[in-house]
Amino acid sequence: MARAEVVDSVPQTGPVAVSVGTGAARHTRIALIGNPNSGKSSLFNQLTGLNQKVGNFPGVTVDRKTGAAQLTPQHRAEIIDLPGTYSLYPKSLDEKVITDLLYDKGADGYPDFVVVTADASNLKRNLLLFTQLADLQLPMVLALNMMDTAEQHGIHIDVEELQRQLGVPIIPMNARKGVGVTALKIVMAQELGPPAQTFYEPSDELLPMIRQIRYYFNLHNDYLALHYAHQGDRLRFLSADDRAYLAELREQYQFDSIGLQAQETIDRYARISELLLDVVRVTRAEENESASNRLDRVLTHKIWGYLIFLWVLFMLFQAIFAWAEYPMDLIDQGVAWLGAQVKLLGEGPLIDLLSDGIIAGLGGVLMFIPQIALLFAFIAVLEESGYMARVTFLMDKIMRKFGLNGKSVVPLISGMACAVPAIMSTRTIESWKDRIITIFVVPLMSCSARIPVYTVLVALVVPDEKVLGIFNLQGVVLMGLYLLGFVSAVLSAWTLKTVLRAKERSFFIMEFPVYRWPRWKNVGLTIVEKVKAFVFQAGKVIVAISVLLWVLASYGPGDALDQAEQQAKTEAARQQLTPEQTENLVASHKLENSYAGVFGRSIEPVVRPLGFDWKVSIALLTSFAAREVFVGTMSTIYSVGQDADMSTVQDKLRAEKDENGQPFFTPARAASLLVFYVFAMQCVSTLATTYRETKGWTWPLLQLVYMSGLAYVLALLTYQILK
Amino acid sequence: MPTLVSTPATKTQRSVKDLRLGETGTICCLKDPEMALKLLEMGCIPGTRVKLSGRAPLGCPITLNVDGEYTLSLRVSEAATIMLKD
Repeated sequence: MARAEVVDSVPQTGPVAVSVGTGAARHTRIALIGNPNSGKSSLFNQLTGLNQKVGNFPGVTVDRKTGAAQLTPQHRAEIIDLPGTYSLYPKSLDEKVITDLLYDKGADGYPDFVVVTADASNLKRNLLLFTQLADLQLPMVLALNMMDTAEQHGIHIDVEELQRQLGVPIIPMNARKGVGVTALKIVMAQELGPPAQTFYEPSDELLPMIRQIRYYFNLHNDYLALHYAHQGDRLRFLSADDRAYLAELREQYQFDSIGLQAQETIDRYARISELLLDVVRVTRAEENESASNRLDRVLTHKIWGYLIFLWVLFMLFQAIFAWAEYPMDLIDQGVAWLGAQVKLLGEGPLIDLLSDGIIAGLGGVLMFIPQIALLFAFIAVLEESGYMARVTFLMDKIMRKFGLNGKSVVPLISGMACAVPAIMSTRTIESWKDRIITIFVVPLMSCSARIPVYTVLVALVVPDEKVLGIFNLQGVVLMGLYLLGFVSAVLSAWTLKTVLRAKERSFFIMEFPVYRWPRWKNVGLTIVEKVKAFVFQAGKVIVAISVLLWVLASYGPGDALDQAEQQAKTEAARQQLTPEQTENLVASHKLENSYAGVFGRSIEPVVRPLGFDWKVSIALLTSFAAREVFVGTMSTIYSVGQDADMSTVQDKLRAEKDENGQPFFTPARAASLLVFYVFAMQCVSTLATTYRETKGWTWPLLQLVYMSGLAYVLALLTYQILK
Repeated sequence: MPTLVSTPATKTQRSVKDLRLGETGTICCLKDPEMALKLLEMGCIPGTRVKLSGRAPLGCPITLNVDGEYTLSLRVSEAATIMLKD
């Protein structure tokens, strides 16, 4: 095939100055930049494989993905994957990262070479960004991607002529299949000068201003100086004085930023259309290209579209609840086994800390891995195939009424499994305001960790009987709790919408990608990346808090614990309890006198109006590490055997009496506790994730105060009304 | 320098919002200067032909085929700022 020949050979040099690097000043830091959907991620994965690191760009929430690529046996380079963008005039926080990096030679990680990816089947729009980068005179190569798609669409590109017109080496590629990667690596390893062509000249009246900026900032390039004038206020690395200087110049020259930008884009498109005349030949059969459209007629249909979306959601739930259960059980058992093994090593506070504190805490982190991996595998497939854009399209109008966005749908649904991956998946929302609102309300969706709490308490006070002959009353109440969470999430979003002011204008204007088969390599690497982020970032906090809680529950002021133990043993001997019962009694007494117990008693006055006593307070406190701890804590406090199953927990709760000898867990108390668990922010992992995703303590703290405040007030109302 | 964002807001002038499904029009100008920058980058240059290729079930957003090259999705309120030639 003639194509393969083009693809795998190094292009002719033409007008481009190419000299083989002799190892002297080889570029070591290469930036990947291109339009969204131009195959940039596929190329990054092809170049770096598993040698990827995700860090952060300074000061912003955007991931900084870097990786090492072996270009030749001797030449290894660091590759930076920059966010996808359509131009060098940033429209979102993500895109700002690019200008902050490329416009500051002193930037940490400033690239000495650029690989521009372009979708060959959509060349005109993709070349806009290319011509801007070329005008910055950065040494570069153009990776002309998706050559196969272009061919299928009847678009024939004369690569040699295009190379002559653009003045940079061009590698025709198909990055998804790895075609052309070898050729690209060879060019990347070479010593290249700046592009031989420029595409846009600022008009003459701008030149005095540009000269002044160049002189002041010591810049090498007119076009870069023009961008300083346009974006002076938004470039992170400029000082207040620098910004003031640029503002002054803009004033002096009556610089019309918006008008100039618009005109520049129009001029560039005109130039691109002209140069493509001799390069691109289209023999398009109109019927052929509509395969994607035909699929859309079904997938965005007013009935089928929503039904199929519901089915996809159902599969997602299946994956998270059913399929993830088996590996989660394995991890749980593995961690328990490890803890037991450690206990066999001996006795003492250090062993206890290791087994009950650190390993148990670690288990809490590792447990979530199957759910996170499956959820992100699902989301990656939906993204890669192009279906996600359709979901957004279907849901946007509905979600917008509540201050959300079509792209909030997936995080909200994922939130019913676990808020941690759900908050991580809000990255796809470009608008800052919509994303913050989504992150803020996601934890109100009832997650899987609330299930054990709901089950125990509902079974305790709601009779197991049928309503309307078919529905199980307990099931109806359970569903009501989920609905309560959902409604409060939507209403909170609506409230926040009216309060919050947007930092940037949000557009929905977005490319509607054609359907593609997902690449499993990309999906796999996404999973690895997300799991790593969770384990190493959120994991640190979870383990730390678990250890802290363990310390609080294991130690008490002075010799209070020893006294409690003696007292419990005496009482056990008096009552002639079995060794197991004795152990439970001791554990219960010790907990009561530990710091956690002291804390529980000290907050009892606060939660008394809600109907809770100090025992429930301890459970509330320990639930803060993770809600599912509630059941375990309750069973410890009420001294239920370790091997007790759920019914005995309920029996013990049922047997608990108040001061008047009446059952403690009245329907009012249980309802109050349920309402509390629906709303309260009792999840360190979620707070840690919000912290990581919003890069600050403002939002996690607001979440904590808002949700816990809501929980308190609503539980108070519930108890006082039902009492 | 020619002004791109001209606003001859006569009531009879149609915008992309008024296209029927499958109908093609030619862009004349863009009304909202700030949004214009985004639309221009996405290839909605005056003189470009756009076809209304789809509508979400609730009427918004819509999809446009831009210059036969690719599909763009946008809200109706955004489409209303793209004015068409007669």
